[in-house]
Amino acid sequence: MTRLLDVRNLSISHGKVEAVRNLDLHLDEGQIVSLIGPNGAGKTTLMAALIGLLPCRGEIHYASQPLLPHHGVAQRIDKGMALVPESRELFGLMSIEDNLRLGAFSRHRQGHRDHQQTLDEVFALFPRMHERRDQAACTLSGGERQMLAIGRALMAKPRLLMLDEPSLGLAPRVIGEIFEIFKTLRQRGVSILLVEQNARAALKISDYGYVLETGDIVLQGAAADLAQNPRVVESYLGRKPATPEPPRATGT
Amino acid sequence: MNRRLLPLFLLLAAMAVAPAVLPPFQVTLLNYIGLYSLVALGLVLLTGIGGMTSFGQAAFVGIGAYATAVLTTQYGLSPWLGLLAGLAITLAVATCLGLLTLRLAGHYLPIGTLAWGLALFYLFGNLPGLGGFGGLQDLPSISLFGWQISGAAQFSPLLGVILAVTLWLLGNLLDSRQGRAIRTLKDAAGMAEAMGIPTGRSRLQVFLVAALLAALSGWLYAHLQRVVNPTPFSVVMGIEYLFMIVLGGVASLWGALLGAALLTLLKQVLQDLLPHLFGQAGNFEMIFFGVLIILVLQYARGGLLPLIQAALPQTRRRAAVPGEAAALPRRNMPAHGQPLLVADGLVKRFGGLVANKDMGLAINSGEITALIGPNGAGKSTLFNLLSGVLAPNAGQISFLGQRIDGLAPRAIARLGVSRTFQHVRLLPEMSVLENVALGAHMRGNAGLLRSMLHLERAEEASLLAEAARQIERVGLGEFLHTPAGSLALGQQRIVEIARALCSDPILLLLDEPAAGLRYGEKQALARLLEQLRGEGLGVLLVEHDMEFVMGLSDQIVVMEFGQRLASGTPLEIQENPAVLAAYLGGVE
Amino acid sequence: MDFSILAFLGQDGLTTGAIYALVALALVLVFSVTRTILVFQGDFVTYSALTLATLQLGLLPGTLWLLLGLSLMACAFDGAIALRHGHYRRLPGLALRYLVLPAALWLILGNLDLAALPGLLQIVVTLALVTPLGPLLYRLVYQRVAQTSVLSLLIISVAVHIALVGISLWLFGAEGVRTRSLADTTFMLGDLPVSLQSLLVIACALGLIGLLYAFFGHSLYGKALRATALNRNGAQLVGIPTQLAGQSAFGLAAFIGAVSGVLIGPLTTLYYDSGFLISLKGFVAAIFGGLASYPIAAASAFFVGVLESFANFGASAFKEVIVFTLVIPVLLWLSLKHPHVEEQH
Repeated sequence: MTRLLDVRNLSISHGKVEAVRNLDLHLDEGQIVSLIGPNGAGKTTLMAALIGLLPCRGEIHYASQPLLPHHGVAQRIDKGMALVPESRELFGLMSIEDNLRLGAFSRHRQGHRDHQQTLDEVFALFPRMHERRDQAACTLSGGERQMLAIGRALMAKPRLLMLDEPSLGLAPRVIGEIFEIFKTLRQRGVSILLVEQNARAALKISDYGYVLETGDIVLQGAAADLAQNPRVVESYLGRKPATPEPPRATGT
Repeated sequence: MNRRLLPLFLLLAAMAVAPAVLPPFQVTLLNYIGLYSLVALGLVLLTGIGGMTSFGQAAFVGIGAYATAVLTTQYGLSPWLGLLAGLAITLAVATCLGLLTLRLAGHYLPIGTLAWGLALFYLFGNLPGLGGFGGLQDLPSISLFGWQISGAAQFSPLLGVILAVTLWLLGNLLDSRQGRAIRTLKDAAGMAEAMGIPTGRSRLQVFLVAALLAALSGWLYAHLQRVVNPTPFSVVMGIEYLFMIVLGGVASLWGALLGAALLTLLKQVLQDLLPHLFGQAGNFEMIFFGVLIILVLQYARGGLLPLIQAALPQTRRRAAVPGEAAALPRRNMPAHGQPLLVADGLVKRFGGLVANKDMGLAINSGEITALIGPNGAGKSTLFNLLSGVLAPNAGQISFLGQRIDGLAPRAIARLGVSRTFQHVRLLPEMSVLENVALGAHMRGNAGLLRSMLHLERAEEASLLAEAARQIERVGLGEFLHTPAGSLALGQQRIVEIARALCSDPILLLLDEPAAGLRYGEKQALARLLEQLRGEGLGVLLVEHDMEFVMGLSDQIVVMEFGQRLASGTPLEIQENPAVLAAYLGGVE
Repeated sequence: MDFSILAFLGQDGLTTGAIYALVALALVLVFSVTRTILVFQGDFVTYSALTLATLQLGLLPGTLWLLLGLSLMACAFDGAIALRHGHYRRLPGLALRYLVLPAALWLILGNLDLAALPGLLQIVVTLALVTPLGPLLYRLVYQRVAQTSVLSLLIISVAVHIALVGISLWLFGAEGVRTRSLADTTFMLGDLPVSLQSLLVIACALGLIGLLYAFFGHSLYGKALRATALNRNGAQLVGIPTQLAGQSAFGLAAFIGAVSGVLIGPLTTLYYDSGFLISLKGFVAAIFGGLASYPIAAASAFFVGVLESFANFGASAFKEVIVFTLVIPVLLWLSLKHPHVEEQH
């Protein structure tokens, strides 16, 4: 299996905060890898740095080529990376079809003209999008927006699809639908890097997982093993006290 | 104190001596620099410090000039009455325009100033009695105690005095409680409101001061030139004033003078030089200035004076911590375990989205309550409802028995609720002491005039002493005079808490105080919060860091999908299966 | 006032209104994509008219030197950046992109009898000279500071305007110009005299608006520009380079300005500093549309044109005062609709 993404010693500073510290991360082609952890762990910052929106220190290798600071967002997308951000960033006043067609912009610039075919494939994956293709994106529900955002990213025929908290704000059933689609995508050869707060849903479909806690990876391993590991619970809810707490003094 | 007065005396001396030393043409140039500096000083206060960009200051110069022109030429009154009239009319007009345009958001404000700047300019040219575009002539000269001030040489000393006094007054203002409040207007108005600062009123005051300075400049100009026509009061001149402060130092008083001098002198040099270079007559210096401003804004955003100051050895001006100062009156704290804040049935909708649904909680004194929940649970919305930033669609919030839902942040702050911010909102260039002193704003009452005249020193001493006390209390005593921007994030968060403590609060609302902190900093923060709890304060924390929260809180409230999911002690929460499911997620 | 005067003023007003509409459209376009208030849109108009007038006199327009100068500077800057990253192979491509058009124009214009060129060709040359100024100015002035506040961008625009006016004075002198009219005939519509020139202007303006509408609605690049205006982050994430969007927006604005100049040239005398008032009128119209709505901006522009026509006739000295004071309540209303607080960290 080829190593598609190889991150070594990555540090990202966000203003005064060192959001990510000396992080190592690997993803092989054809895998679904999850990065789970509580809020504030640095997951979104990491995604932003990988796609080129934030500067970082360390090494990032994509398809055996180094990604250097001057490789801007557009260039990384041209190379086959795609990011579905936490905030979706849809073009609200434009139609669903326009949103999707714009997803193919980078391929269009590179000279490809097979967008209609790609569009049909995306519609096949998300039939609800096909029904509403002339509606404005801002009229969609939360789950439909997420589907549109993913569909738009897929229009670029990415090799590596990165998603930041795809389950955010979605009802459990919709989460299930969307995560199933990730499995379908893997079958079609898209590698997926998933950042999630919803650890159970993420680990259920992943091959490998990393647990991120305030900028450091505290645990990693095969997804099935992580799903059983109680240390993951501690990441989210803190360590339980060893002894029962004494009653708190409330006097002066 | 002397260090501040010395440059003023030097300025005075220079302006007094210059007519004897310089040739007449350059004395006139010096006078013009002085006149422009007056307007530029007002603009530094308004735009550079207060954050309100105005293209229309030239219009106020025009009001000052025309008022005195009409009164002295058509009614034969003394120029001093002309000055009074000019200032009075400017005050009236500026108040109206200010009330209208200062509430414009973001970039609409400068567009608004452009609109009335243009409107006033056309009025100058068209109102009957103002002489049309030819203007009014033969204005008398100013006489001061029998001394006729006619001619450029006699004007310079007068200008020198006025400039020195203005610099002194404005310097005093910026060095006071009101000055600190003004500094928040540009980027931190939300924080200012939470500290009890009436930002709307402050904005208007700054606007009026700038307008009055411009009118004064207009009056002086009218009696220097002794001819008044609309041309110098156009928007083009308004733009030039803005260029002056951009060049010189957008937020620095002396930068205003530097910018005025640079622009005027450069213009003079280029007006002589460029037509030769270009081989034709014309105003080519505009090309140069346009390019210069572009370069300054691309490479030296703060203006040239800060660059010069950075190159010179640093001498920090410190707000002295007074030895003897009267202690400020303090609130009576309620007994431990008393309910402080009770929220019930809160609903908040944003369009179709229900961010908070039937949400409630209770915070007691002498206790730390933590509000937790997964991303998107509605914690920020609840926090904003409690702190007054948002008003609920339904439900009620009471603080010590009084309804506070729907009250403005200022009113809530006055009742004894103080807060910090998720993204630290300090003024990075101000010292820690001055930043913390912002929290005590409500405990003083010196107005604009008293501050300018430095008559509030006793109150200022008390405020600064209080701020110093809070900084010691939180353990940052060694950083009293350090610029707040240079501290580590953990320390900045603690400075925010010191600032919140400065308002003598009963309840502290902390928004993600541990976010981005390193382990040691979190320990220090936890110790501080435990200390404050021991002293009887009530604390509400919104947090994501479970480790931090579990070891510290007396009560934890968990939110999910806008509602209360569970509440109880840390151990109860950690063992609650619904909470586990909410956090780790599930899939159907 | 009888009907024929009304009709005449109305026609006159609609004609100038058409020009203001084009200016307003360019302003809304550039603002929505780059958050820059294009104070110097009017200068594109005057440069175009002055260039055309110079061509019609058989002289080489100074605009060529401005174009050459800016092109060389932009090429040098991009070249320096390429060298710093070690991309030597990019240099020929850069030279091609920046220098081919100006060099070609230089060669062609230097060797032709300009006065004898057919009118249409003169117009094409004018458009070719003025349009590239847009993207070049974006590259040289705005690209570096694309992320700063709207206010800084506004002040920069004012500075660019002032520089352009100075350069215009240098290149074209202080005399006013009027280009040859595009059509001289007047025909009668019933009792109404209708000038063909006016019809042509209005038709061209509407035609250009139609073309823009088609571009934004149906071409991928047009949609990409719209998308950048709607959501800058989203546009980046689909691979639309922000520089491309900025340069395209400025290029379109310059093209619109160039066409406007060609259309307005025969109608009024233009001077080197006429740009400011033209920008201002278009700007007022754009403000009425909240710097966001094209239809309202266009409609307001026609209104401003007609109002100006009638006010000129009525010799109302206060027409400007009225128009500018009207802006304030509009701004207040807009402010209430979008109370965004610009708190920068």
